[in-house]
Amino acid sequence: MALPRQIFDTVIVGGGGSGLRAALQLAEAGNHVAVFSKVFPTRSHTVAAQGGIGASLGNMQEDHWLWHMYDTIKGSDYLGDQDAIEFMCRKAAEVVYELEHFGMPFDRNPDGTIYQRPFGGHSQNFGQRPVQRACAAADRTGHAMLHTLYQRNVRAHCQFFVEWMVLDLIRDYEGVVVGIVALEMETGQPMIFQAKSTILATGGAGRIYQSSTNAFINTGDGLGIAARAGIPLEDMEFWQFHPTGVAGAGVLITEAVRGEGGILLNSKGERFMERYAPTMKDLASRDVVSRAMDKEIKEGRGAGPEKDYVLLKLDHLGTEVINKRLPGILEIALKFANVDPTRDPIPVVPTCHYQMGGIPTNYYGQVVAPRGSSGSNEVVPGLYAIGECACVSVHGANRLGTNSLLDLLVFGKSAGDHVREWLKGNPQHRDLPQDAADRSLERLARLDNAESGENISEVAAAMRRTVQHHAGVFRTGKLLAEGVTKIQQVAERARNTAIKDKSRVFNTARIEALELENLVIVAEATLVAAEARTESRGAQAREDFKDRDDKNWLKHSLWYLEGSRLDYKPVNLQPLTVESFEPKVRVY
Amino acid sequence: MKFSIYRYNPEKDNKPYMRDYELELLPTDRMLLDAILRIKTMDDSLGLRKSCREGVCGSDGMNINGKNGLACVTPLKDLKEPVVLRPLPGFPVIRDLIVDMGQFFKQYHSVKPYLINDNPPPQKERLQSPEDREELDGLYECVLCGCCSASCPSFWWNPDKFVGPAALLQAYRFIADTRDEATSERLDNLEDPYRLFRCHTIMNCADACPKGLNPTEAIGRIKKQMVKRMV
Ligand SMILES: Cc1cc2nc3c(=O)[nH]c(=O)nc-3n(C[C@H](O)[C@H](O)[C@H](O)COP(=O)(O)OP(=O)(O)OC[C@H]3O[C@@H](n4cnc5c(N)ncnc54)[C@H](O)[C@@H]3O)c2cc1C
Ligand code: SF4
Ligand code: SF4
Ligand code: FES
Repeated sequence: MALPRQIFDTVIVGGGGSGLRAALQLAEAGNHVAVFSKVFPTRSHTVAAQGGIGASLGNMQEDHWLWHMYDTIKGSDYLGDQDAIEFMCRKAAEVVYELEHFGMPFDRNPDGTIYQRPFGGHSQNFGQRPVQRACAAADRTGHAMLHTLYQRNVRAHCQFFVEWMVLDLIRDYEGVVVGIVALEMETGQPMIFQAKSTILATGGAGRIYQSSTNAFINTGDGLGIAARAGIPLEDMEFWQFHPTGVAGAGVLITEAVRGEGGILLNSKGERFMERYAPTMKDLASRDVVSRAMDKEIKEGRGAGPEKDYVLLKLDHLGTEVINKRLPGILEIALKFANVDPTRDPIPVVPTCHYQMGGIPTNYYGQVVAPRGSSGSNEVVPGLYAIGECACVSVHGANRLGTNSLLDLLVFGKSAGDHVREWLKGNPQHRDLPQDAADRSLERLARLDNAESGENISEVAAAMRRTVQHHAGVFRTGKLLAEGVTKIQQVAERARNTAIKDKSRVFNTARIEALELENLVIVAEATLVAAEARTESRGAQAREDFKDRDDKNWLKHSLWYLEGSRLDYKPVNLQPLTVESFEPKVRVY
Repeated sequence: MKFSIYRYNPEKDNKPYMRDYELELLPTDRMLLDAILRIKTMDDSLGLRKSCREGVCGSDGMNINGKNGLACVTPLKDLKEPVVLRPLPGFPVIRDLIVDMGQFFKQYHSVKPYLINDNPPPQKERLQSPEDREELDGLYECVLCGCCSASCPSFWWNPDKFVGPAALLQAYRFIADTRDEATSERLDNLEDPYRLFRCHTIMNCADACPKGLNPTEAIGRIKKQMVKRMV
């Protein structure tokens, strides 16, 4: 079947913070760019980010990008690539100032500068004391940032394809990416978009877990799209559990609460983080705090009738601070926890929050993959990935709070700049291969033709239960091995789903079926990579391998969909200009 | 719990109809969205938009027992039975609870919703006092859900000519920003018998806003600025 076709210089898959930042860089330079999004751009999940954007502006105390770099590397448990981390931390101030110039309504200090708050893992002078580095707009930083970026794109007349779901990449016979196939939700019509360069910016996949701070649309589509096109997924075993999701609801309570002075208590009213992290206490990095909480609960010091959560106390901050700096949290606590935080503590549990792994890229945003068995990284021509779906890797085994919004801005911009260079050297569109749309059309045809089969919501629930149970905060070899078997069964079921509703117009059942195919790919990558990694590092905590093992495991894992195969590549310990930070034991 | 939900699929229905559902609530069903999604697992043809499930993305605006709101932040325990759900009023229906928001966003874009300041920016941030920044509170938090405009009679009758409460709130968000230098251009853009002056201060919009924002007040302030510059 011949599909209708449109042509652009660049297509960007994703209208969240990273996609919009890249789009802006290209649209303002007069590039013919199209942005695709499953939802109206300001509904992308960047809108939910609360706490802040990390940048060593030094508005509150002395600060330096090198300290930020050190914190990020230490936070990553030394799995982050130091070239990319230096690149990001050095660019941080520039991209935050730009955002302010675009109109971002940052909170302000009395002298008119941007207000910054403390956040977990961020320190002065290489770990000496906490520093205020998170640039904030109340506790609605992501909302303010996403709207500002969208607004600036309106000004730049950027072209949007809203409520389109991108299904697959098109690669030609030499492996060059030459466009995408996408489905218009309102009409149910698939279409080909030919492009000289394609940027994936599809965000996270936190919906593989049962208990998650992520939105329903965070289904890892970019990862599924890349994996089906033969591109490996990097470091998928590393999922960040945020210490403070509202117990039972999953909705996030930002770390900014602890940044502003909130503390965690167990059932005895003890501030237990003092035991686990004497210097940074409640502001130690997230993997450390989540594990401590899990331990308190497992050892019977959880609060509540089932002793299954801990308490986040913030009433001592005073109503004024809470109203001014944490108004969104006040709203969330009242609505989702039935608690008035100006009086009572909020019940919280570690909750899946962020995917450190993703599509492997360099710091220009170009997707890189080993070619053959040479082990070297080679660029996949015409393809870029940015934001949470990408793995640069600046977050390594554990992301510091505020570093994701920063990552979106820095690498969104640098990918935009690099695409402009790429287009100079590649001014022509390449021919589409004969089979350009075949994979996507087969996926759609299967759903159209299946008269009976597995129920989408049941398979999705089985997947979430499996991942939650087998790849949680603490992991063991046995648990993971069972998880791999189970998830492969779930994946098989996902290949045999059927939907009752076969209509064209805004068929959300079809969309959810397509999303599920992506989710199970991400879930399988997660379990397989986690089982293989026999060490504890950052967010991967193995009870059977309690220590970090730099001799054997200071390397990134790469998972391939074909054969569910694993490969590895070294961590880049060589920064761009400064000296390397050698792996050390992490204490907070 | 009993629900009555507006259904319309243009491919097979000649006209819209209400369909009844009954759902046994679980302790984990707190918000209306939780219940709708469980109904959807029984009937996958039910169409609605959703994403963040915490009231920040603005996807799931709908008419709930006669009042516009976001399903994800509407507690089930506050709802009378049967819970009657309809698409946002005044907007063309695409399918079921999904409406066409094209006109709404067109009006939003028409107010130039971005900072205008052609002076070269400083090396660092533009300075703004905390007091000046506070002027943006109650304005910038809008999630573009459309609940307000879909409750405004003036917008129902003239969605192509009247800017509507949501977009006017955003127009004022930039007028109020001390960093913006286009106030007079922005006022010119609205000085029109329809664009701004179709608002008759009925206040439906402020009642409807699930984020507690007050477009009526912002509209009043725009009008005041217009009067001020006339004298
Ligand atoms: C509750 C919460 C709070 C957070 N707070 C902070 C914070 O304070 N600081 C911080 O640094 N980080 C924070 N984070 C993390 C950060 O917000 C995210 O990592 C980041 O916003 C992701 O941005 P993104 O551009 O990669 O993707 P998203 O914003 O998720 O956007 C993804 C885009 O891709 C589109 N898309 C996806 N699949 C497809 C497809 N198949 N076809 C078409 N379009 C598609 C979507 O429609 C969307 O537009 C928080 C995260 C959460 C969940
Ligand atoms: S106050 Fe104005 S904008 Fe608001 S509902 Fe009434 S007429 Fe509409
Ligand atoms: S003003 Fe309120 S009701 Fe209107 S679009 Fe914004 S958030 Fe929704
Ligand atoms: S789902 Fe985002 S506002 Fe309700």
